Amino acid sequence: MNSASCAAKISTQPFSLNPTSPTSHDRPLVSPKPTSLFLGSTRKLRLSSSSKLNLHRRSGTVVAVSDVVKQKKSKSTHSLLITKEEGLELYEDMILGRAFEDMCAQMYYRGKMFGFVHLYNGQEAVSTGFIKLLKQQDSVVSTYRDHVHALSKGVPARAVMSELFGKTTGCCRGQGGSMHMFSREHNLLGGFAFIGEGIPVATGAAFTSKYKREVLKEADCDHVTLAFFGDGTCNNGQFFECLNMAALWKLPIVFVVENNLWAIGMSHLRATSDPQIYKKGPAFGMPGIHVDGMDVLKVREVAKDAIGRARRGEGPTLVECETYRFRGHSLADPDELRDPAEKAHYAARDPITALKKYLIENSLASEADLKAIDKKIDEVVEDAVEFADESPVPSQSQLLENVFADPKGFGIGPDGRYRCEDPKFTEGTAHV
Amino acid sequence: MAAIFQGVGAAAALSSSLSNSFDSKKFVSSPLRKGASFAVVRSDGRVNLNPKGRRAQQLISNAVATKSDSAAASSSSKPGHELLLFEALQEGLEEEMERDIRVCVMGEDVGHYGGSYKVTKGLAKKFGDLRVLDTPIAENSFTGMGIGAAMTGLRPVVEGMNMGFLLLAFNQISNNCGMLHYTSGGQFTIPIVIRGPGGVGRQLGAEHSQRLESYFQSIPGIQMVACSTPYNAKGLMKAAIRSENPVILFEHVLLYNLKERIPDEDYICNLEEAEMVRPGEHVTILTYSRMRYHVMQAAKTLVNKGYDPEVIDIRSLKPFDLYTIGNSVKKTHRVLIVEECMRTGGIGASLIAAITENFNDYLDAPIMCLSSQDVPTPYAGTLEEVTVVQPAQIVTAVEQLCQ
Repeated sequence: MNSASCAAKISTQPFSLNPTSPTSHDRPLVSPKPTSLFLGSTRKLRLSSSSKLNLHRRSGTVVAVSDVVKQKKSKSTHSLLITKEEGLELYEDMILGRAFEDMCAQMYYRGKMFGFVHLYNGQEAVSTGFIKLLKQQDSVVSTYRDHVHALSKGVPARAVMSELFGKTTGCCRGQGGSMHMFSREHNLLGGFAFIGEGIPVATGAAFTSKYKREVLKEADCDHVTLAFFGDGTCNNGQFFECLNMAALWKLPIVFVVENNLWAIGMSHLRATSDPQIYKKGPAFGMPGIHVDGMDVLKVREVAKDAIGRARRGEGPTLVECETYRFRGHSLADPDELRDPAEKAHYAARDPITALKKYLIENSLASEADLKAIDKKIDEVVEDAVEFADESPVPSQSQLLENVFADPKGFGIGPDGRYRCEDPKFTEGTAHV
Repeated sequence: MAAIFQGVGAAAALSSSLSNSFDSKKFVSSPLRKGASFAVVRSDGRVNLNPKGRRAQQLISNAVATKSDSAAASSSSKPGHELLLFEALQEGLEEEMERDIRVCVMGEDVGHYGGSYKVTKGLAKKFGDLRVLDTPIAENSFTGMGIGAAMTGLRPVVEGMNMGFLLLAFNQISNNCGMLHYTSGGQFTIPIVIRGPGGVGRQLGAEHSQRLESYFQSIPGIQMVACSTPYNAKGLMKAAIRSENPVILFEHVLLYNLKERIPDEDYICNLEEAEMVRPGEHVTILTYSRMRYHVMQAAKTLVNKGYDPEVIDIRSLKPFDLYTIGNSVKKTHRVLIVEECMRTGGIGASLIAAITENFNDYLDAPIMCLSSQDVPTPYAGTLEEVTVVQPAQIVTAVEQLCQ
């Protein structure tokens, strides 16, 4: 894996590095279209061209490297992309995400949870589209908007709700909170409060996967890591540094940009010199793909390709999902800057409504099936709240537990004993 | 000749020769702690203890595997071998990489170049480019990558080419390295070692002469150790790699060429313990890293003037070994701290607070602390010399303290 051979491989990759060439056969995305793909700018709102755009996107949006995918694209996309089981699974996951987040808002305003809580409403297609394709041993790294990533990855709703209520039964014993969801069992590596912070961690997890295969000789280790982050993060150094390292070492990782056009109150267009994030992938030697993040089926198709690439050892992919959050940045955000017309536009593209329509129109499920799922999820969420309510709060003895994996790290006290030998030390009596 | 004795209950002071040349004969001796413990006196006069309180691993702080042949042969069977400090670090690292295949190294120029101070020389050839990873110049990201790898099962050793560069990795070190074990409710461990050379060198300029121990010391969830001799460099390196906690190992640019004879056997140095360098009666001098040598040089002068300083290399910068330090304070009643860190908010400042908090009744005089000047290290040699504490100042300080 020395750098010389990597460079050679990169130069023979089929994608074109000239983004402005409209006839590049590997980059149909860059074919004729309005200069801004994004309908979310405060200044320009291209509602009138949206329907044309959508059609364009359906046939040309997905950019992929392998021939297999090109073949798939030439088929009509109106052939069924999913089976009934898959459809119901996707629907249930998105409904769970939506219902859970709505319940979080309720609980927050009732004073059951505090601090910064960032809700995912509207972006469910991205989480469901990607994470439902993963195995348990694959890893997911998220940001502070991580409740739904946790749920999609398999963390029980009870554990997440308890964590939000700050109870000991939470997935992180109440020590992490909304922005720090972790699960060893489900390989959810966080939950990070600072943007961009999780991307190197995801790169490390992908590195471990490669290490396991090549050094530990676990030949069948094909674990993939997904790193989720937003448009604001794409202007941060850690993003670029990790794109470089991941491509350099062909790490099995997919960088998923959830571009919801807003970083709190900063419009993506006001913050970014070139707002087309997917273009930054090829600059580092990996494919950059743009996809409609409000359509779970499209996301899923792109995800399949990207995850497949990573599993086969072909390296990372940058996927930009154009999506939107229906609520403010957090529950404390008054959300005054966004244009109501923009919000309305995206509300009309609600991913859950879209999937529901698809399922029913293609006779994959009936209204009754979907209503049954709605009801089931309501019960799951209610149960989660009840469980969280009834769970105990952490006692003071939990304060200093888990600061160190090896509590000898608290050192030796004046009496010659390790501080951790004192049974009461975890209450906070220990000094450094 | 190696002899082993067992002292039960009695505190037997073991004396050893005074030797304080700059490049190395070390002697360690200390009254045996209460309870069963055994010591091994090496032919070069070094004594190593296996204190009872430090149970768990038998390897801890025992220089020699405990052989029960008290009928010692006239010549020791394992004479040890001589090497330089950077070779000792390399040896420790190599042994751990052989012992555990999950141990890997990441950093700039650690692979093909062998490390800017040659600590990883030859390792890439031996273990491959993935286990000794040459990274691009992206400290924050490759430190974070090390943390992600540690969370998912590897045991990385991240090298900062110069400790100062790790300022760029502060985000990852503080937020992720220190915190993730806690915020994940104990689910993920981060057995990472972050190491690199720091300290004031020879006219390296302000940015290459930084001491980051004071900046990192408040981060909860990490341990910090500073090595000063080939013996403890190897021991601390191995202990840090084996530890489940994230450990920052501070090396010093000017100490890499120290030579010492170290044991052939496998040994580690306890991460939380301080090292008794020279027992004494009149004053306790606490120091670490390069200042240890300035202190020992001053000690020569002080002994000639009739003083008997007790010198302790605190080694563990976070947490402090308050037992060793406390015992010393209780004996001498006077404390001088000599450090290379800046005065403001430095390790010395924390140490003064800790000692005052715990041992105030035992002090006959206020604690004195000699630190580097609060200044970006100047390039000019004459100014740089005055930036750090010199032996003459230490002598004066002891004289003042012992009035």
